[in-house]
Amino acid sequence: MIHLFRVLSFATCFTALAGTASAQEEPIRIGFITTLSGPAGSIGQELADGFKLGLAKTGETLGGRKVAVHYADDQAKPDIGRQHADKMVESDKVDILTGVNFSNVLLAIAKPVLDAGVLYVSANAGPSQLAGKQCHPNFFAASFQNDTTSEAIGIHMQEKQIKDVYVLAPNYPAGKDMVAGFKRYYKGNVVGEVYTTFNQLDYSAEIAQIRAAKPSAVFFFYPGGMGINFVKQYDQAGLKQQIPLYTGAFVVDQSVLPAMGDAAIGVRTATLWSEEFPNAASREFAASFEKAYGRIPSPYAADAYDMVLMLDAAIRANGGKVDDKATLRRALEKADFASIRGNFRFNTNHFPVQDYYLTTVDKDAKGRLYNKLGERIVEGLKDSYAATCTMAP
Amino acid sequence: MLMIEQTLNGVQLGVMLFLMASGLTLVFGIMNFINLAHGSLYMAGAFTAAWIQGVSGSFLLAIPAAILVTAALGAALEVGLFRRFYARNHLDKVLVTFGIVLVANEATRMIFGPVPLRMPLPPILAGSIEILPGLPYPTFRLVVLAVGLSVAALLWAIVMKTRIGMWVRAGSSNRPIASAMGIDVDLVFAALFAVGSALAGLAGLMAGPILAVQVGMGEPILILALVVTVIGGIGSIKGAFLAALMVGLVDTFGRVLLPPALGSMVIFLLMALILAFRPKGLFPVHG
Repeated sequence: MIHLFRVLSFATCFTALAGTASAQEEPIRIGFITTLSGPAGSIGQELADGFKLGLAKTGETLGGRKVAVHYADDQAKPDIGRQHADKMVESDKVDILTGVNFSNVLLAIAKPVLDAGVLYVSANAGPSQLAGKQCHPNFFAASFQNDTTSEAIGIHMQEKQIKDVYVLAPNYPAGKDMVAGFKRYYKGNVVGEVYTTFNQLDYSAEIAQIRAAKPSAVFFFYPGGMGINFVKQYDQAGLKQQIPLYTGAFVVDQSVLPAMGDAAIGVRTATLWSEEFPNAASREFAASFEKAYGRIPSPYAADAYDMVLMLDAAIRANGGKVDDKATLRRALEKADFASIRGNFRFNTNHFPVQDYYLTTVDKDAKGRLYNKLGERIVEGLKDSYAATCTMAP
Repeated sequence: MLMIEQTLNGVQLGVMLFLMASGLTLVFGIMNFINLAHGSLYMAGAFTAAWIQGVSGSFLLAIPAAILVTAALGAALEVGLFRRFYARNHLDKVLVTFGIVLVANEATRMIFGPVPLRMPLPPILAGSIEILPGLPYPTFRLVVLAVGLSVAALLWAIVMKTRIGMWVRAGSSNRPIASAMGIDVDLVFAALFAVGSALAGLAGLMAGPILAVQVGMGEPILILALVVTVIGGIGSIKGAFLAALMVGLVDTFGRVLLPPALGSMVIFLLMALILAFRPKGLFPVHG
């Protein structure tokens, strides 16, 4: 018995020693939780593809150290996401967690993950709670704050003095947030504000109401399949030529454009990244993405790729160390990297301050639909929650 | 004018739902088999049509392809799998068909990828027709209306006026006796399942140009089709038709006239109300 105990304690000491000796060679462990199945599975796939492409560029390293990535599918369900997050934090001992695309999933996992001392760097979801009152030193949104995507198009429509706008969104929290964000900057006349059932199929009734209301423009927020349904039906009703469509980022992108087809031509979007961005980093990304996956990347993939570049630069600046979270946070806060979005910095709440551009759906030389880059709408847009964030040190 | 347009929208939505519900109610009522995979067959119809159209560039070719492929899929499912479950209880049937839903969704994603497919309309159907002065209406929706009404008339004629329809009605009223009278129930059921599946495929084909052709597209419409089936009385084509029109109209006007939370509930309220007074639906087949 005593003998066995001695052997065991020797073994423990030995592994502990071996552990310290190889600490620098051990890979950085990253957890990537996203939606890979179900109707929103294409979003998670796009994020994972952008992330993998970023790691391919850095040679599967971050700041010179090898990385080991654990992927998991949250099935768009907060409870499943929470299970994966708990497992990754407790048994996989990840250093950094990322990937979540749905804000409700992120809100379900954020608190335990952040309190356990793990960094969460968002490549997509940016809920207002985490930008404001629930902001946390260990949380960074490398992507955007949800509201800003529709605030930017509100700014544009206000600038263009568009008189009467008809507003449509699904009846769920993000839909209401998007409309609130839009109205924060658009001060014109909202002639109709309609919230439809989430995942509604047929929009002919709403389209008939729009025809009767005769607005000068329509602002809509229908992500995913809802957007495909709405845009196709709007075009078939013959309204697209009369009343132009405007939307925020992530609604009319490459994950839905092929399915929308010509019906989407002319839809105007405010976006934080377009495949036509002229900076060198963005051009390299767009070209290598198309080469690797045979399709034009969406802003989802762009943000995930950009996040890899950001982590790589920050961990390098921190001497390849991820254990000292305080110094790593300071390195991240500087955001000293060549972003494919051009101007990028962090606000005090660890959410981005970045530019938004206008894009219009058009056909490229190969006859494919894409978002043609237009003017810059706003420079250095900050979210409106930073003031309520008091970050505990 | 707006009211006319909205009425037309409601009828059109109803006809679309009828295409979906007719196959479901046939199988559900006559074979006493709850087929949740009906939505997957609808998805199969839409994907087949979009794929064939994408490869061949012909919408006309996509029509028979979608119908034949879903009929074959339905027959294969019936003969290969579902037939073993007729003697089992309802829960087993629900579970096996639900399993098919999950398998079908992931298989479709594996074959076609996660990005929704494109299904443009041929130019002749893409525009709109001015049905009344100042009231343009999408041409394809008028086609859906016409197809739906023809299918309703055809099904009614087959079920009520032909020998095949007589077998089907006999099987539906009393299976053992029908079997004893020399009707090959196995064959009738396989054929019926194929027809039900083809109707789902047709619905998917008609939905393709209007809705997103994507993985999981069958589930939202399956729920509406189940509501229609239950309101109309399980197994009744006439009931499904009237219930579909009722649901289409109530849903359309509910969305326009009521606040959003109530508007999305109104068809379920209608179902609850009808079931409270007619527990077997409007036109029950099994007295």
